Amino acid sequence: MKITQISVFLENRKGRLYDVCSLLGANNVNIRALTIAETESFGVLRIVVDKCDAAVKLLRDSGFVANFTDVVAVEVPDTPGGLAMVLKVFADNDVNVEYMYGFVEKHSDKALLVFRFEDTDVAQQVLARHSISIVTRQEIEGL
Amino acid sequence: MEVPFWNKQVETLDRTSLQAIQLERLREMVAWALKTPLYGKRLTAAGIRGPEDVTDLHVLEQIGFTTKDDLRRSFPKGLLAVEMDEVVRVHSSSGTTGIPTVIYFTRDDLDRWTDLLARSITATGASSRDILQNMMTYGLFTGGLGLHYGAERVGMTVIPISGGNTKRQIQTMKDFQTTVLHVTPSYLLHIHSQLEAEGVRPGDLALKRAFIGAEPHSENTRRKIEDLLGIQAFNSYGLSELNGPGVAFECIHRKDMHVWEDAYLIEIIDPKTGQNVEDGQEGEVVLTNLIRRAMPILRYRTRDLAFLHPEPCACGRTHRRLSRILGRTDDMLIINGVNVFPSQIEERIMKVPEVATNYLIHVDKKGALDRLTVKVEIYPKLFLGEAAKLEALRARIREGLRSSIVISPNVELHEPGSLPVSEGKAKRVVDERPKD
Repeated sequence: MKITQISVFLENRKGRLYDVCSLLGANNVNIRALTIAETESFGVLRIVVDKCDAAVKLLRDSGFVANFTDVVAVEVPDTPGGLAMVLKVFADNDVNVEYMYGFVEKHSDKALLVFRFEDTDVAQQVLARHSISIVTRQEIEGL
Repeated sequence: MEVPFWNKQVETLDRTSLQAIQLERLREMVAWALKTPLYGKRLTAAGIRGPEDVTDLHVLEQIGFTTKDDLRRSFPKGLLAVEMDEVVRVHSSSGTTGIPTVIYFTRDDLDRWTDLLARSITATGASSRDILQNMMTYGLFTGGLGLHYGAERVGMTVIPISGGNTKRQIQTMKDFQTTVLHVTPSYLLHIHSQLEAEGVRPGDLALKRAFIGAEPHSENTRRKIEDLLGIQAFNSYGLSELNGPGVAFECIHRKDMHVWEDAYLIEIIDPKTGQNVEDGQEGEVVLTNLIRRAMPILRYRTRDLAFLHPEPCACGRTHRRLSRILGRTDDMLIINGVNVFPSQIEERIMKVPEVATNYLIHVDKKGALDRLTVKVEIYPKLFLGEAAKLEALRARIREGLRSSIVISPNVELHEPGSLPVSEGKAKRVVDERPKD
């Protein structure tokens, strides 16, 4: 099952990341995972949140440039080699990862990994064949 | 102090004889101009059907002015007065909206232009004993090749190094013990800061003079250059429509630039009324080329603001002196010696579907050099969340701008609504360069 990541364009201006986060916080949107792709002149914030549709509406209404991207979230044991185990499956099956980022869950022994694949459908089939559990949208919302 | 001359007879000619030469050459020019569609129409409409109708130096006031737009509309051959066979050189400058302007020279035209440069160089006290490092760009731009020919005629040792590559410039100054530079003032200041960074003192070099031009600068900037490098800096003026460098040049006194009046008919006009103003009063420089047959240009509005000194120079030359350029009557920017019109930038940006119509042109200084930044807003619907795609877009915009305005600007992507809106009189250009 795919989940939705929100990408937000951040121009190189003081406090712009704070603006996004404070807006989401004030509206009770919780960030589950986060990463920033940065270049010398701008950044792209990538977040997975509990209330995705509401968050995008909120951001756009407030003048942010935001869009959706399909990603796949995987849970792995928070132990040495946990990420490597998943990556080996992808490597062995020719699944290309465009980018990924991880988050450690509180009150649990799992780590949440967010993947953006070249071909999301193929990646999901490979994950299913190897019994790697994919986090569902409902789970993200209830995390 | 002995005053050096290249052609003392012409340079010190009494004003009456000088005007007689001007009238004779103006008649010749009108005969050539009549062969071109643009001037053929304008001259005959004003009752000037041949050289004999040019009865005095003011008769051309009836044909009005020639503008950059006229040149653009005449691109590429509308102002060519000779057969292509006779043309031996083409120069070009970028146009305001993508259409360039082009200048043609016959062999004799080049010869006369070269002579003016030789005259200019000699007036500064430079001679065949000097070693010239020509840092102006070689190519379609007239600054590099124009002065090169003049320097060779004087007999200088010419190093045609062209612009850029500061490390090599400095090494070349050391290797050949360069004595004269031809350079923009901003680049010369940049070179000075590099010299300091490399621990090279002016005393380690053999520099004596710099010919500075291609961009406006203040008297303070000249003094700074002279003090920092321990040299004399000579201001110069020229534009490709009037051949290029060597329209006016400073002599050893460095008190503004002698306009070579046997080659150029200069007027200073009130830019609003188009009427001539008195010597000493500031106005727009209007020039008629008296020495180029391949492509005559009559009464060209340069858009440069300056004034003519009414009093003669101590050097004895009778050719009047033009002040340094005090400003422009249009919105042209000069970035490190390269002319850039905001309209060129706008035209390019409007061709990019991923960006909205708001943009801002920002100019400031980074060290001694000018820095041009073009800020655009991204179009929200085309943002798909990929940083790499945005980087590629930025590179594409920069490359597009570079092909149009020659220099490569910084491009910044901004969020929609963060730049001034296009309605009303939005300020599209912010120039934060110090005006000292």
